[in-house]
Amino acid sequence: MQTKRMTFSGKWLPYALLAPQVIITLIFFIWPSFQALRQSVYRQGDAFGIRPDTFVWFDNFKALFADPLYLNSLKVTFVFSVGTTLLSMSVALLFAVMVNRMIRSRDSYTTFLVWPYAIAPAIAGVLWWFIFNPSIGIMPYMLDMVGYDWNHRRDGNDAMIMVIIASAWRQISYNFLFFLAGLQSIPHSLIEAAAIDGASRFKRFWTIVFPLLSPITFFLLVINIVYAMFDTFGVIHATTEGGPAQATNILVYKVYRDGFVNLNFGSSAAQSVVLMGIVIVLTVIQFRYIERRVNY
Amino acid sequence: MATITMDNLCKVYTGGVQAVTGVNLDIADGEMIVLVGPSGCGKSTLLRMVAGLETITDGTLKIGERVVNALEPAERDIAMVFQNYALYPHMTVFNNLAYGLKNRGFKKAEIDRRVREAAQMLEIGQFLDRKPRQLSGGQRQRVAMGRALVREPAAFLFDEPLSNLDAKLRVQMRVEIRQLQRRLGTTSLYVTHDQLEAMTMADRLVVLNGGVIEQVGTPMDLYSHPETTFVAGFIGSPAMNMLPADFLRAKVAAEELAHLPAKADLIGIRPEDFSTAPPGEGDLVLSGQLLLLEPAGAESHLHMRFEGFDKNVVVRLSHVPAAEEGQDLTFSVRRAALHPFDLESGQRVA
Repeated sequence: MQTKRMTFSGKWLPYALLAPQVIITLIFFIWPSFQALRQSVYRQGDAFGIRPDTFVWFDNFKALFADPLYLNSLKVTFVFSVGTTLLSMSVALLFAVMVNRMIRSRDSYTTFLVWPYAIAPAIAGVLWWFIFNPSIGIMPYMLDMVGYDWNHRRDGNDAMIMVIIASAWRQISYNFLFFLAGLQSIPHSLIEAAAIDGASRFKRFWTIVFPLLSPITFFLLVINIVYAMFDTFGVIHATTEGGPAQATNILVYKVYRDGFVNLNFGSSAAQSVVLMGIVIVLTVIQFRYIERRVNY
Repeated sequence: MATITMDNLCKVYTGGVQAVTGVNLDIADGEMIVLVGPSGCGKSTLLRMVAGLETITDGTLKIGERVVNALEPAERDIAMVFQNYALYPHMTVFNNLAYGLKNRGFKKAEIDRRVREAAQMLEIGQFLDRKPRQLSGGQRQRVAMGRALVREPAAFLFDEPLSNLDAKLRVQMRVEIRQLQRRLGTTSLYVTHDQLEAMTMADRLVVLNGGVIEQVGTPMDLYSHPETTFVAGFIGSPAMNMLPADFLRAKVAAEELAHLPAKADLIGIRPEDFSTAPPGEGDLVLSGQLLLLEPAGAESHLHMRFEGFDKNVVVRLSHVPAAEEGQDLTFSVRRAALHPFDLESGQRVA
């Protein structure tokens, strides 16, 4: 591979150019990570310094995995991220296949379908909060007409469905773009050859198109799980705040609740260390896969 | 095994582009028909209409006794070899060959037998477990052929199958495809823009221009008796020289052109019809200046300039003449070698 080498005249210039990125990384990523690691093995003292922080080894972690609320949060997170990923990816794939079939209107549909991605998660949350609001929302009103009593403030399942829809909505745009690009990179003659080979439309999709999309599908799978687990704080905060009765209290939201609302910093730090571990595992899977990214 | 009958086939794309106009063609059982023409002449469109990949705007298409206008590609009992081979990249060679049979519900043992038979015929038996990306261009081409073979279809359709190969391999595959087609006796429709490929492979050649058939015939028919100036210019390399009749009349004795009809205002002379031998009875005699001599081994091309005609005339000799550039040379042309055309209509007049 050809690389372009840049030569700087002074010694300080390259460092100065790198500095902003390095400083941001240090202040907002590395330092807090070490803080969390440190705090996770301490028991927080009081605010007046009467009782100092005490070193408690892994007590915070032990307490965590014995806590039914935390185990519930793990389960909720699992359901939530699987639901969000499946919903956003399947709908995105459906849209991509449909848009890919269009000829003249393809560009305008693409533009419209990408718009939701530009909306901040918290705003999206508020939007869905209005749509699903049991008193004034349009969805409960329509569901009531078919005999379903929607109330996500009371019913944990309703709440889960709402946050999954609200979180997936935005991610559909992102997935859609990747799927569309993937579909467009499949040579048309392959589909034609399969048609001559007697494969029905449905069969062509599952035996030719879908396998050829698999590298993209896997990439999006990891990206979407990471999104669902870590980037959906805003959606949860703007809609259910983890309720009702912990039904939507995903791990990231619980870190915030336990740390900044309930001021249990030791537990909160231990939880973020667990999350860090999950991210590392997902990243390793991702990179290992990307190294041999072509599966055919 | 089947005949293919095209009756007044037309294709108009949405947006009004007329790609194919009124094509009538009867392809006999087992015949190899080559569609040839410049890019954009509609040859690929016509092939794709036969395959069912393009809808037919007007006219009737029959494969065997069936009208197939409205049938899906899979129902037409044809197999197609694509220019880029269109192999399924995620499947092994075996599965590439077997895909069409599996979709048609063949028994496992039958699939296995047919695939191995085709693989053996094409000498790709040792690659059956490989993926297409592990094969060379020539091997991929064979797999693409194999995929068509295993189905034992009524007709093969080839869409410029050799244009992605290098020159040497192309000649080799050309011969192999031709031999295979003869052996199997499967009706074939072959599209190419390479006139040498077209000449050597075809039982009959169809020259298309602007979506219209210019001429149909055996390669030698088209070569020795082109019906239009387009065919005259397209078939044969170097191309036929087109000389205005007025220019010739001023150059040679009147009786030497007397046999041509009055409408013949454009005379075609193939480069190889110029001869350095002494003129016989009634031959035309032309002299001009040698501008450029191109020796090409077995033959040589002489670019001549005749006084009174402002274009180069190409002469092909089967030897390299002992002549200097700038020298004057005299050639004789037999009367029978003249191809008279009407300039306005582009049609042959005698």
